[in-house]
Amino acid sequence: MAQKTVLRKPRGFIDVYKHKPGAEKDRTHYCPGCGHGILHKLIAEALEDFDLVEKSIVISPVGCSVFAYYYFDTGNLQVAHGRAPAVASAVSRANPDSVVISYQGDGDLAAIGGNNILQAANRGENMVVFFVNNAIYGMTGGQMAPTTLEGQKTTTTPYGRNIRTDGYPIQMCELINQLTAPVYIARTSLHDMPNIRKTRAAVRKGIQNAMNRKGFSFVEVLSMCPSGWKMDAVQSQNWIKENMIPRFPLDTYRDNSDQPYTVERPVPIMDPEEVRKILGFGSLKTANLRQNPDAVLRKVALRVSGFGGQGIMSTGIALANVGMEYGYNVSWLPSYGPEMRGGTANCSVKVQEETIGAAECTEPNMVIAMNQPSLEKFEKILVPDGVLMYNSTLIDIEPTRKDIKVYPVPITGMADELGDTRVQSMVSVGAFAAVTGMFDPGEIKSLMPVLFAGKSDKVMKLNEDAVQMGYDYVKDNFS
Amino acid sequence: MPRKLMKGNYAAVYGAALAGCQAYYGYPITPASEIAESAAAIFPKLGRTFLQAESEVAAINMVYGAAGCGQRVMTGSSGPGISLKQEGLSYCAGSALPCVVVDIMRGGPGLGNIGPEQGDYNQVVKGGGHGNYKNIVLAPNSAQEMCDLTMLAFELADKYRNPVFVLTDGVIGQMMEAVELPEPVSEFPDKSEWAVRGTADSRHLINSIYLDHDDLEWWNEELARKYALVQKNEVRVEEYRMDDAVIAAIAYGSVSRVLRSAVDLARDRGVKLGMFRPVTLFPFPNEQVLALPDRGIKGILTVEMSNGQLVNDVNLALRGKMISDLHSRMGGNVPSALEIVEKVSELYGV
Repeated sequence: MAQKTVLRKPRGFIDVYKHKPGAEKDRTHYCPGCGHGILHKLIAEALEDFDLVEKSIVISPVGCSVFAYYYFDTGNLQVAHGRAPAVASAVSRANPDSVVISYQGDGDLAAIGGNNILQAANRGENMVVFFVNNAIYGMTGGQMAPTTLEGQKTTTTPYGRNIRTDGYPIQMCELINQLTAPVYIARTSLHDMPNIRKTRAAVRKGIQNAMNRKGFSFVEVLSMCPSGWKMDAVQSQNWIKENMIPRFPLDTYRDNSDQPYTVERPVPIMDPEEVRKILGFGSLKTANLRQNPDAVLRKVALRVSGFGGQGIMSTGIALANVGMEYGYNVSWLPSYGPEMRGGTANCSVKVQEETIGAAECTEPNMVIAMNQPSLEKFEKILVPDGVLMYNSTLIDIEPTRKDIKVYPVPITGMADELGDTRVQSMVSVGAFAAVTGMFDPGEIKSLMPVLFAGKSDKVMKLNEDAVQMGYDYVKDNFS
Repeated sequence: MPRKLMKGNYAAVYGAALAGCQAYYGYPITPASEIAESAAAIFPKLGRTFLQAESEVAAINMVYGAAGCGQRVMTGSSGPGISLKQEGLSYCAGSALPCVVVDIMRGGPGLGNIGPEQGDYNQVVKGGGHGNYKNIVLAPNSAQEMCDLTMLAFELADKYRNPVFVLTDGVIGQMMEAVELPEPVSEFPDKSEWAVRGTADSRHLINSIYLDHDDLEWWNEELARKYALVQKNEVRVEEYRMDDAVIAAIAYGSVSRVLRSAVDLARDRGVKLGMFRPVTLFPFPNEQVLALPDRGIKGILTVEMSNGQLVNDVNLALRGKMISDLHSRMGGNVPSALEIVEKVSELYGV
């Protein structure tokens, strides 16, 4: 007895197209003779056959397939024009076990989204891209696409595409085939049954690759657009065969599906204890606030200035760090924006008990000048009774103001004496501690593991010596 | 409490990590690049995703994808990059997707420069993309707040299913301060009603298309109701020495830090200046600003690093009861405390 064949929709489709407005919830919105419906069906069948309906996510682009989400009984995201591969990249990374299907037309993929598709392909994102090439913008009413053929008339090429002004039809498979990462690249067509069968095989290969985490698969499908082309269905099929295929050869451009490589994605660590540990909680000293004995510097507003490479920024950061460990409020602001012009670098450091307002020291009460231009620039803006410490190794002029306290300190010279010019930052910090009386050199030394985390004991010892040397110099010469 | 000295840009990423942000998608731009750099350093250690996108446009669309999957997700940029992200932000708002965007403002228009400015106010606070939507906008003024308000941003994004901006400028992004790290967030909202996870019961639809005009009008009204709720519930302000102030100066972000110094300087000179600082820019503190004249305030000066963008909102809030004056600096120039005090003296004869 002959078997009775029951025709039904593949289970990859929603039974009743509930998202589709209007009364006709059992048929698609596509025009008669359009290729989208055929490709949709091939995808839906594959999802059913591989039992992937529930774990698949379809990205609907802008264009005629903007409403792909009407049909697929999967997770669905409708996205901005051209951005399907970018969205799909994040969706795939968020759900590494899902099968992500990015579906795009030619304007969406090859024009406005041209970079996005190349970059997603180049990253080897785990997804399958179905690229419907019908050589025209369908949804917007038949304008030129990047794949429009030479001489083809569209509403924006009414005299035919002129390659001298509009360029050549773009060949995406060939372009993507220049990249190393993609695992599968194929171009097929929907114009007759043998080619639909080949398309079916390519669709299934792409979906299986996504399922097996093989990376990026790209399936370009030549597809009929009778409305856009102003032809009937049969003429459209013939037009593909006679005009599109010569320009867009059907081929499997690459198939590395059997390579053992699989895409790996990290598992987010969300456990609070683990997060605390990784972010370095609990490795820091407790606060130890002291009174600042120097009235002028009760609120330190310091400018450190010098040549790039003199450790200007690190001197400031070290002082802010020490201040913070002592329990003060601190801020550090690098020379930034318009101030960065010229060869000198400078930073503002504030150290005080009160909440800090402006971080930039427009009227500093202390300046550490490491070179002559810095002395000339910042001496002028010191407040009366302010402190000017300058690097007497490199500066041979005298400050001109008489209403400030001046500390010439051979900062570079002492660092060189220790055998490493780079330690002049910590010489400055030691000298600063002695001038302000804010910090004790012994305690600064105990902060070395914080200031030089990850550095060798030798480096720490050298910097400890630098702190002591700067401190002693000021104590011995200016007490 | 453990404290770390860090740049504001880093603090935002620590805040994100502590808030359970699972993915960072971004593109480099000065002065926001440390956000991407620190996310690149921190996120992989936490098994979280960091991806340097091919463009600002790609980055915001990756944010759209991750948010649609229910992840806490962030991107960061500066003015020119934010301009590029506007379409994607409109899609996020239209699809009710929670996400966090950090904008470290720089000088504009065009390429402008990398100095600090506040010229993105309108494009961020007014919802700079197409359509009727708003971003929730938080305006930190310290490294600590970069951490804290970024954490709050994730909470508000999820609570209202809306993009939330952390809006500040290059000074706050580049400045280092001590940051007390809050406890990591351990409980997260349930998004199973709408997030797409590639499972049988998460086959939802993320979408901003409403073909039917009545449907789209309804959706816009829904959004308006949401923004009214945000306006009612989420206004945050900070005041400094406002109790006996006669002149109020209004500023946000790094300018409010300078303003704090200006208030102290003015007080030293016997001028009763107080600081009123909106911490949320949307919702804007309309009621609080409207109440200022009734609190004995005789003059209001808005100080901003943009050409009268903030003062427009101040004056809308004042409803003609009083008109705020404006002190504006631009191009990367930051007002000094002294110039603010002198402006106050000049304007109000105090």
